[in-house]
Amino acid sequence: MIRKVRSHINQNEPLLFERSSPGKKAYQLPPLDVPAVDAATALGAGNARREIEGFPEVSEVEVIRHFTRLSTWNYAIDLGVYPLGSCTMKYNPRVNEYVARIDGLAQAHPYLPEQLAQGAMRIQATLEQMLAEITGMHAVTLQPAAGAHGELTGILLARALLESRGNAREKVLIPDSAHGTNPATAALAGYRVESLASNAEGMVDVAELERRVDESVAALMVTNPNTLGIFERDIARVAEVLHSRGALLYMDGANMNALVGVARPGDFGVDVMHLNLHKTFSTPHGGGGPGGGPVAVRRELEPFLPLPRVVSDNGALRYSYDRPQSIGRVRAFYGNFGVLVRALAYILAHGGEGLRNATGDAVLNANYVRKHLEGCYTLPYPAPSLHECVFSDERQASQGVRTGDIAKRLIDYGFHPYTVSFPLIVHGALMIEPTETEDKRELDALIDALRSIAEEAASNPELVRTAPHDTRVARVDEVTAARKPIVRWKPGR
Amino acid sequence: MYPEDYRYTKEHEWIQVDGEIGTVGITFHAQKELGDIVYVELPKVGSKVSALKTMGSVESVKAVSDLFAPVSGEVVEVNAELNAQPEKLNQDPHGAAWLVKVRLANPRELDELLTAAAYRAHVGAETA
Amino acid sequence: MRYLPKSDSERCEMLASMGLRSTEDLFSHLPEELRMKRPLDIPPGQSEYEIIEYFRERAAENANGYACFLGAGVYQHFRPVIVDSLISRGEFLTAYTPYQPEISQGTLTSIFEFQTMICQLTGMEVANASMYDGSTALPEAVMMACRVTGRLRAVVARTVHPEYREVHRTYARYQGLPVVEAPYDRETGLLNLKRLEKLVDEDTAAVVVQNPNFFGCIEAVREAAAIAHSRGALLVVMFTEAVSLGILEPPVDADIVAGELQSFAISPSYGGPYAGVLAAKEKYIRQMPGRLAGETKDQNGNRAYCLTLATREQHIRREKATSNICTNQALIALMATVYMSVFGKQGLRELAEQNLAKAHYLAGELEKRGARPRFAAPFFNEFVVDCGGRRAPSVNRRLLKNRIVGGLELKRFYPELRNCLLLCATETTRREEMDRLAEHF
Repeated sequence: MIRKVRSHINQNEPLLFERSSPGKKAYQLPPLDVPAVDAATALGAGNARREIEGFPEVSEVEVIRHFTRLSTWNYAIDLGVYPLGSCTMKYNPRVNEYVARIDGLAQAHPYLPEQLAQGAMRIQATLEQMLAEITGMHAVTLQPAAGAHGELTGILLARALLESRGNAREKVLIPDSAHGTNPATAALAGYRVESLASNAEGMVDVAELERRVDESVAALMVTNPNTLGIFERDIARVAEVLHSRGALLYMDGANMNALVGVARPGDFGVDVMHLNLHKTFSTPHGGGGPGGGPVAVRRELEPFLPLPRVVSDNGALRYSYDRPQSIGRVRAFYGNFGVLVRALAYILAHGGEGLRNATGDAVLNANYVRKHLEGCYTLPYPAPSLHECVFSDERQASQGVRTGDIAKRLIDYGFHPYTVSFPLIVHGALMIEPTETEDKRELDALIDALRSIAEEAASNPELVRTAPHDTRVARVDEVTAARKPIVRWKPGR
Repeated sequence: MYPEDYRYTKEHEWIQVDGEIGTVGITFHAQKELGDIVYVELPKVGSKVSALKTMGSVESVKAVSDLFAPVSGEVVEVNAELNAQPEKLNQDPHGAAWLVKVRLANPRELDELLTAAAYRAHVGAETA
Repeated sequence: MRYLPKSDSERCEMLASMGLRSTEDLFSHLPEELRMKRPLDIPPGQSEYEIIEYFRERAAENANGYACFLGAGVYQHFRPVIVDSLISRGEFLTAYTPYQPEISQGTLTSIFEFQTMICQLTGMEVANASMYDGSTALPEAVMMACRVTGRLRAVVARTVHPEYREVHRTYARYQGLPVVEAPYDRETGLLNLKRLEKLVDEDTAAVVVQNPNFFGCIEAVREAAAIAHSRGALLVVMFTEAVSLGILEPPVDADIVAGELQSFAISPSYGGPYAGVLAAKEKYIRQMPGRLAGETKDQNGNRAYCLTLATREQHIRREKATSNICTNQALIALMATVYMSVFGKQGLRELAEQNLAKAHYLAGELEKRGARPRFAAPFFNEFVVDCGGRRAPSVNRRLLKNRIVGGLELKRFYPELRNCLLLCATETTRREEMDRLAEHF
């Protein structure tokens, strides 16, 4: 029975260009207090533009209506749980939005003289310290703009260290359970990628690793807990194997929500890792970004960190550019500062004990869901789950119902789907990560919904296979969208 | 289903030889596994291909599959229709939706490929 | 802790239903030697009021109440209030990436609108849903040109933003892509086209030019395109000041346009988050990195939007992907989308005209005081001034004493311009501020 949602009329809305009408205005600029200048004269006649063809003209009320109506077509954390595995869709605290907009922070130009940017620099230095403490690593860079950007930075750091030892080496090993950004990153860093098959428990196969690590291997990229939500209990041994042959251990920190305050990657042999501020540290996803992908490193890697670095000079903070071994810049300026502010606000709100409790609740929530779904979905790997659990659609597949269908039917029940068909080592995966910011009521509703769908898969598979039924748009034709891509509006369509 | 006079690769390509020109495509099994095909990337006319090395790719909405050349040689013709109508690969993979024609560099390579019967067995084993 | 919505009794109920006594039981399988033996060394959790106070104190340690004449890639423009009203709605702010189109049409529709407006603005035919920022959009554009042409070499004008060039060098080094810098003409401040012609060869994948360039000058994009195309290379045109496109001819001769949208309702925010643009001719669409929203229909024939051509991206093509980008800058791009709809066709033009007028007024006032523009080329809203007999650092020191942040001292990036400042004036700069700067220059 669908209990969580009910139909409701919502407004249609055309595209801005379809609303547009010449002469409509949503802006007013103050009058010019200096003489006007003729564009053609000042810029050169060939350089002056006539008009921006096709650009919309709408009024302020229409702008408000347009975007407000569009927003009502979206699901969001503010509406309900996103059980997406490895995405850590937790509550985005509003005080974070408020502090990021304080004028002295929001208006600060990155080229302000250092003595007029001490507050911003202090925020960066403090966040670096806290992330170093959380990860158990020696130093942190806040430059990367997102997880994938952090991965690239991290692998480049590994490469720079190996080059300084005389041999950058040729390849990076990546478990077959890894996120797609991992191999894409390794390729961008100039490495060949080799896949490492997981063992029967879904973890890194240490014996296989021992066979494969030689002097051509630069690093192993691992996620811990892995993408099954399972802690790699041999991780220290994995680190040993790599280190004994001069290779490095890179950790993808996407799943840090299971470890904060409980275990620190620096303590189990990780050399370099990235964090996702938009996952573990609550900064908002905003429909796909912005993110923040700080990278934390062990002492030997510090000289290679991107420049500049914030350093303390008699109590004042300044930037150090004198870093001959640095890999250089990975982006202009210093980092996604506005995202850093939000992440620091999150850490300050929790405090040390609060962060530890958040981890406890995240793991409790995931295991609660797992326990109550074990009866109706196949659990491919029985090892204990941490902050996420992975089922497969094996039982339902015999009725012709696959994980993608179950996910779509979950939408009818008022939820966003879990992560579908990932990791690749599970056939027909359902990856579920509720995060700690869900209460028992929401979790029970999610469990009830998935149990109900399992029943439907048995008794009325067609209903599940053709879901969703109650959304504003039904399943879309992704095939035609790919065959004949239309990626912009054109007049006359 | 699988024409007797074609030869097949383990990676699900077929080749039909006429003199020194081989016509190459993907099998029925391949297009079924991929689902609705949205795009095909093929080598240019005049380029060289090597036996069992990649020569392009086939895409569905959610997956990409490498195409492997069954034999070595030079590409003499490319099926231009597939650009605008990749769905033909789902409709007629063994006939109208051939991919490329290759001038064989080494006809003996054909001996390494599977017969129709061997390919049927291979597909049977894969889907078992 | 107020963000954790469970009460202790709820926790007990849940644990009991699982046959467990404590949450700690769920961690007992972790190897003992790997677990933390002490609590995190982070101060206790703070209340909302204390957090706000903390950040207010940090904000007070930054420049406050100063007139600021810095540009150089980050610009001060009016931010319509309704931008935040709209993007702060939970349905935009806290939404996930739109992989499930049925419940993400809000996000997808706005991305489609964004892609369209970027094309209209830049004169290109396709645009993606955003890159991290302008500085990373540059290497992505060059790598795209390499894929398209099958070549490796990039020729980059020295008048492209220096930090952008540094980022590009980092990416290029590890990809084994040679980079050559093309010098500028000391008189005009523009890319030296004669030298460019000598540098572009049959191995060149991309020629990269910025317009307006880092000095604020208007480049001869058409001529640069001719040189690039004559050798089979692609022309990449960068921009850092999006407002300039309200009044400047768009770079229709470019093959790829990449740039920074910070000017469009994105606060300077000490360097980020911003939103990068990547746009190109339609024939290159399959080589484009990043997300693309496409129009289609649902099974009932209703118009709908979805992410498309995903096979270019990391989650499918993995090590052969066009890029490793996953999370981009969707919310920031949405700010720009709202901004573009507020200003619209007429507003962007009027805005650009105001910028032009303000900067030219400032240049005129400075010229009266003996500080002449360093370069002869036309400029938009920033320009380089030679401090003449006065030293650039002492000019800036004097200005600071008068609560003015002056221009960027160029010697840090261009040692040959050691006595020059890069100054910017926008529609937000008041006449009174400009008069004060000129007075104390």
